[in-house]
This record gives sequence, C-alpha cells and structure tokens, in this order.
Amino acid sequence: MNPGTCATTDHWEHVQAISREALGEPLWRFIEECRAAEHPESHLISVLHKVQSQYGHLSPTHLDAVAQLLGVPAAKVAGVASFYHFFRLAPRGKFIINVCMGTACYVKGADRVAMRLMDELGIAWGETSKDGVFTVEQARCLGTCGLAPVLMIDNEMHGQVTPDQVPAILEKYLKKARAQAPA
Amino acid sequence: MRKKKINLTIDGNAVTVPEGTTIMEACEGLGINIPRLCYHPDLSLMGSCRVCIVEVKGMGFYMTSCSQKVWEGMEVQTNSPDIRQARRDIVELLLDNHPKDCQTCERDGHCELQNLAYAMGVRARHFEGKRKRFPIDLSSHSVVRDSEKCVLCGRCVRVCAEIQGVHNLSQHGRGFNTVVAPAHMANMDESVCIQCGQCINVCPTAAFVEKRSAGGVWDAIADPEMHVVVQTAPSIRAAIGEGFGLPLGTPAVGKMVTALRRLGFDAVFDTDFGADMTIVEEAHEFLTRLKEGPLPMITSCSPGWISFLEKFYPELIPHASTCRSPMSMVSVLTKTYYAQKKGIDPRKIYMVAVMPCVAKKYEARRPEHYLDLPSPASGEGQGVRVPLTDAVLTTRELIWMIKCYGIDFLKLPDGDFDAPLGLASGAGDIFGTTGGVMEATLRAASELVTGKPADRLEFTEVRAVEGLRETYVAIGEHNIRVGVANGLTNAKILLDKVKAGEPFHVIEVMACPGGCIGGGGQPYPQEGYHVLDPELLRKRASALYSIDAGKKLRKSYENPAVEEVYEAFLGSPGSPKAHELLHTHYTPKFPRGIR
Repeated sequence: MNPGTCATTDHWEHVQAISREALGEPLWRFIEECRAAEHPESHLISVLHKVQSQYGHLSPTHLDAVAQLLGVPAAKVAGVASFYHFFRLAPRGKFIINVCMGTACYVKGADRVAMRLMDELGIAWGETSKDGVFTVEQARCLGTCGLAPVLMIDNEMHGQVTPDQVPAILEKYLKKARAQAPA
Repeated sequence: MRKKKINLTIDGNAVTVPEGTTIMEACEGLGINIPRLCYHPDLSLMGSCRVCIVEVKGMGFYMTSCSQKVWEGMEVQTNSPDIRQARRDIVELLLDNHPKDCQTCERDGHCELQNLAYAMGVRARHFEGKRKRFPIDLSSHSVVRDSEKCVLCGRCVRVCAEIQGVHNLSQHGRGFNTVVAPAHMANMDESVCIQCGQCINVCPTAAFVEKRSAGGVWDAIADPEMHVVVQTAPSIRAAIGEGFGLPLGTPAVGKMVTALRRLGFDAVFDTDFGADMTIVEEAHEFLTRLKEGPLPMITSCSPGWISFLEKFYPELIPHASTCRSPMSMVSVLTKTYYAQKKGIDPRKIYMVAVMPCVAKKYEARRPEHYLDLPSPASGEGQGVRVPLTDAVLTTRELIWMIKCYGIDFLKLPDGDFDAPLGLASGAGDIFGTTGGVMEATLRAASELVTGKPADRLEFTEVRAVEGLRETYVAIGEHNIRVGVANGLTNAKILLDKVKAGEPFHVIEVMACPGGCIGGGGQPYPQEGYHVLDPELLRKRASALYSIDAGKKLRKSYENPAVEEVYEAFLGSPGSPKAHELLHTHYTPKFPRGIR
C-alpha cells in the first residue's frame, strides 16, 4: 500500500486544505467538532465509520486526512482501521460473492468451491479481483441448507454448486459488468 | 498524603506495600524475579506476552504480575510446577512462530527471548505450527525491520510514542497476521521514522536491528590503495568496555585507540576534535544571532533530532544551528585539510566514523554531506562527488569487529589519537551526554562575550539527567535563558514554548534519552541493567565527566589543533571558507509528522 498524499507539505494551511478536500465538507466539519471535544482521539472510530459509509472503504489518503485533521498519529489511525473486521481498506468489487461456509455447505464441499473461485479470480478471502468486478467473502449459513453448497452473488442465490460450474457463473456476471460499463 | 498500606502474602511470606503496587514490584522487594518479556519499567504497561503470570488464590486463572495491582489479603503464589509449565508453554508458543536461526542472528547472545527460553527450561520444540512470513524492510539507512522475529511485545511502539513522541509504529491487522509497521504498512524510509534506533534498543529480539556497515570497512582496510581513517565519538569510549566485560562506566580511550590501530586503520582521529570545531563555530554563530537573530539557537549535532525537526517542526528550521555535526566536521576536514597536508588524494581516503548512533548512518548519506572533488591536476580521472563519511559503525559493530579480529581488548596497552584531528579538549568529551554541548558552548561563549577568562568551567545546572531542564545562566551583562532536552517527548515541551514566543537564547536537543550515551547504537545493557535505565546512563555519563575533569585542556578555544586548522586552512571562525566547509542547511521532510 502506498502512503497517502496529505502529508507532503510543511504548511499547515495547505495540509489542512488537502485533507479537507480528500474527505469533503460534512466529514471535516464533523472531525473539527470532535477535535474541539475533550478527548479527540476517542472519536477516531466513529470518524472512521462515517468516512467508510460515505466512500465505501478507507484509503490511505482518507486515513492520512483523518490523522492530520483529528491530530492523531497516522500509524495509530491505520492500526485501528486495520484491526477491526468491519473496516475495509480497499475498494469492494461490483459484485460481492458470499460463499456459505456453514456446516451443511461445508460438508457438501463449499471449501472446494471456494478454492476454485479464488483460483479463477487470483485472490484470497476478503480481496477484490484486479478488474474490480468481484469481492469474495465468507458467510456463516444463509439459511438455505437444502441447496448446499450455496453461493450468494449480490442478492442472487446459486445452489448445489460444483467447482466445475464456477467459471460459467463468473462469466455470467462478467458479461453483466461489461454491459453496464460505459463504452 | 501517605499512601494506604496493603498487606498480602507472596509465596507464604507476609509483606506490606503501598497501595497501587503491582504484584511484580512487590515480588522484587522480596528478591523474587518473575520472568517477563513485554514489560519495561520506563514504558507504559501492556500485559501482552503473558510470561509474568502468577497464581492468585481464589482466581480461576493466572494473572499477569506486571499489570495486576495488589489488594488487601491477596495470596500470591509465584512458583509451582504448574506455573513453571504454563510459562514454559507460553515461551514455547512464541518460539513456534519464530525463525530457528539463533546462531546466525544479530542478537545471538543478547536476545531476551533466547535467555528466557533457556531460563524457562525450553530444550526442545514441541509445537510446530504455521509460521508468519514477512519480507525484511531494508529501506532505511539506519533501521532494519524484520517482522518475522517480532514477538508483538509492543515495546518499540511504546518507546517510539512515549519517549520519542514520534508515533511511527503501530500494530497493523489482528490475530496471527498482526504486524508492527509504520502507517499503511509503509517502508521505514517512507515513514515519519527519525532513525534514532530506540526501537532497536528496546526490542527483546532482532525484529529491529541497525543496518550493517562493517562489510565496506573490512574491504577498505584490506585494500592497499586506500588510506582508511577512523574517528570515534565521545560516547564510544564510555561504553565500549561493556562489550568486553569491564564494569559499567569504565573509560577505555587508550585501549580503544590501540584496538583501532590493530584493526588496520591508517589514522585514528577523535570526533571530540570535531566537537571543539563545532563549539568554536557555534559560539561564533550564537554571537551573530544575539545581535541579528533569530533566537533561540537550537543545537544540531543529533541527526535524529534534526530529522524530527524537519518532519515535525519544519517552521523552526531557521532556529537550528547551521554548524555541521562533529562527525561531519572531522570527516570534511579529513578529506580537505588533512588530505592536502599529507598529500593524499581525497578520493583514496575511506572515512569511517564509530558512533553510538544509528541516525548517523542516515546523516552520512544526506546529500548535504557530500563533497565535490575536481578532476585531479594530473589530468587522470574526472571530478567526483564523494561522501564526507564513507561508513558509520555503531559501538556494537565495532565491538563485534574487535572480537572478530581476535583482539584481546582487556590486555591492550593504551594508545593515543593521531595528530592533528585527534587532539581534543574536555569540552569535546562531554558532548556525549545531556547538557554537554550546552556546557561546552557556555565555556566558550562566556569568554567570547566578556573577553575575560571564564570564572567557572562546570555548569552542572544544564545537565538534564531527568530529561528536561530550563535555567538562566549569567554571562557578562546577559542573562542567558537556556533549555536542555533529551528524548523528543521532552524536546516537544521546549519547542512548543518557543512557538508560543517564550524568549529562550540557546536550546540543546538530543534525540536519545540521556544524550548520545543512550544512543540507538550503544551496547545492549549488561545483566542487572535495562535500556533507558537512569543508572546505566548516569554511569556512562560519569565516565565522560571523569575524562573531562582529568584533562588540562578543557576549553574548545584553547585546543591548539583547532587553532592550527584555522590558521593554516580556514582563516577565522565564520569565514567564507569555514562556512563553505563546516556549515550545512535543512529542509522540511515528508511525510509530515503529527505532533
């Protein structure tokens, strides 16, 4: 990961201006309120929640901007963001593939489906494919054990999936992504 | 108000301790040494390693003695077969996720994890699980980060934040994948790291070590074409003996010089001479600033501090003295004045500096500390740009080289530094400890201002043994307000006062606690002492004060070698030539630190 871009000048006004621009007005105003409060660092997590809900993930630039404006060291901000499962440090794909790893799906071979999926995409759990189309995540029981093993792609269910079916399923969504993308 | 007393029993012994005492502290009073790893007496409590567990009656689990405070009627058991087994298991589990390369590791023999494993009786590895794998970060000139050796004790994170106020490190990720790194897992050279090396000193293993420079030095010594010159910082003589079993605080100047000659260096110079040069130039600069500003003048010998200034307080850069550090003074004069005097081609000189510091490795690679050599008069070869200092060794690296070469240090006769850049006043010696630069400056400035010999030589009031001092010193009609800080958290207090407009005249800042004697390149402490230990720092400092007190020559201005260099080469202090060779400049560096 590359360091953010907010900290490449020594003029505070400049640092402040780039940091504000990186986050947008509602966010920097909220951070300023936090900074004026008694323990600014105690608001770090709520600030990160707000940034993620606006941008979908926390980039190094966002984190550096939060660090500068809130006055909390960047290492601490990045450490907190990387600790919590809820915070995402990379953008998510267009389609989120949830592989059910609940008991029923697991005994029916969900792990082999998952391996094939990640092999095809060249990524690991929680990661996003290079083209930005897919993110693979684990789910713990989607409540459709009769269809095990199950994949849920966005809100569509795929039941009784075998590893060999994976390429065709992916191709279907890739076509969708291509069709939606501006020419 | 006196603290309430708490009564408890430890291993059946009744003890009474003040309220707020931890179990570990209460045990120490009884001569019980509980094994520990993440605990450090000068840092905040973390309680992450679990090695210091004890049994407390009525509790269903073992408690960490470093963090648990005593209560009335507490019954503590520090030892039993079960506790020893549990501690052994904890250490074995740490080892399970640790490389098996003790024999080839930089910390071999000085590793706290290794010592702990031995003491706990770990003689085999019973757990074999997955090992974490991380690349080694070699990006910095000074500090190497090897996360595979990290045991996640968090001491480096704490020293960087609490003692140095830099906050460069934090634990990223969670669980098995946790790793200590700068923000966004950036490389050390892209971070706010100021290269002080305190993380190296507090690390119990070799997750942080200095960048090695001995290879180039061995090669240069073996090359008959090269004239290899070495200089040693004041703090080396105060600590090198520790590497050979001498009692802490034993000065070892003479043996050190002899050892360097035996290693094959062609000339052995003294960084103290450079300190005298720095004082003369800095006193001159101070007199100019007294008339023209800007004040305060802040000392610039400590490269970790300069790095901190450039990243955290760039607006105060005009206050930093433009004088080169003593190391760079000796190096530049070696490659100019000494080369000329001896008739040696400066491109055939290999300059080695032995420093208590890892940030000096970075200073030596800063572009400001390079020299442009014109093409030789003979017409052979072209103009080149050479570093003033070719290699910087830490005290630890020099101790290792002496051992590697098979020199029996303790049996060596005393030797003397070579002339002329080896002659130094006592003022140069005390540069290595907190307040030393200030004291040496005051010795010089008081004469320069008043025109009369100083009525005293020792200014004990500026020795900031506790980390921070502010005082007034009368010099002639001036009442000079001085500030001295070591450890950058202390420096921040003074710098914020300067920013608030408080009228200081001179400020001395040393990045490392205690000054250079507590630098990031000093020997790992002997048994019974710990890193940052005030007693360890006091003993090393006392070695320097005893050398200073034992010298006839105690003022930088009276150093005949300094006079010789000015007369024969530079002209006068502050002359254009002195400015060209002995001064430097600073620029803001990024990323910008958050203070």
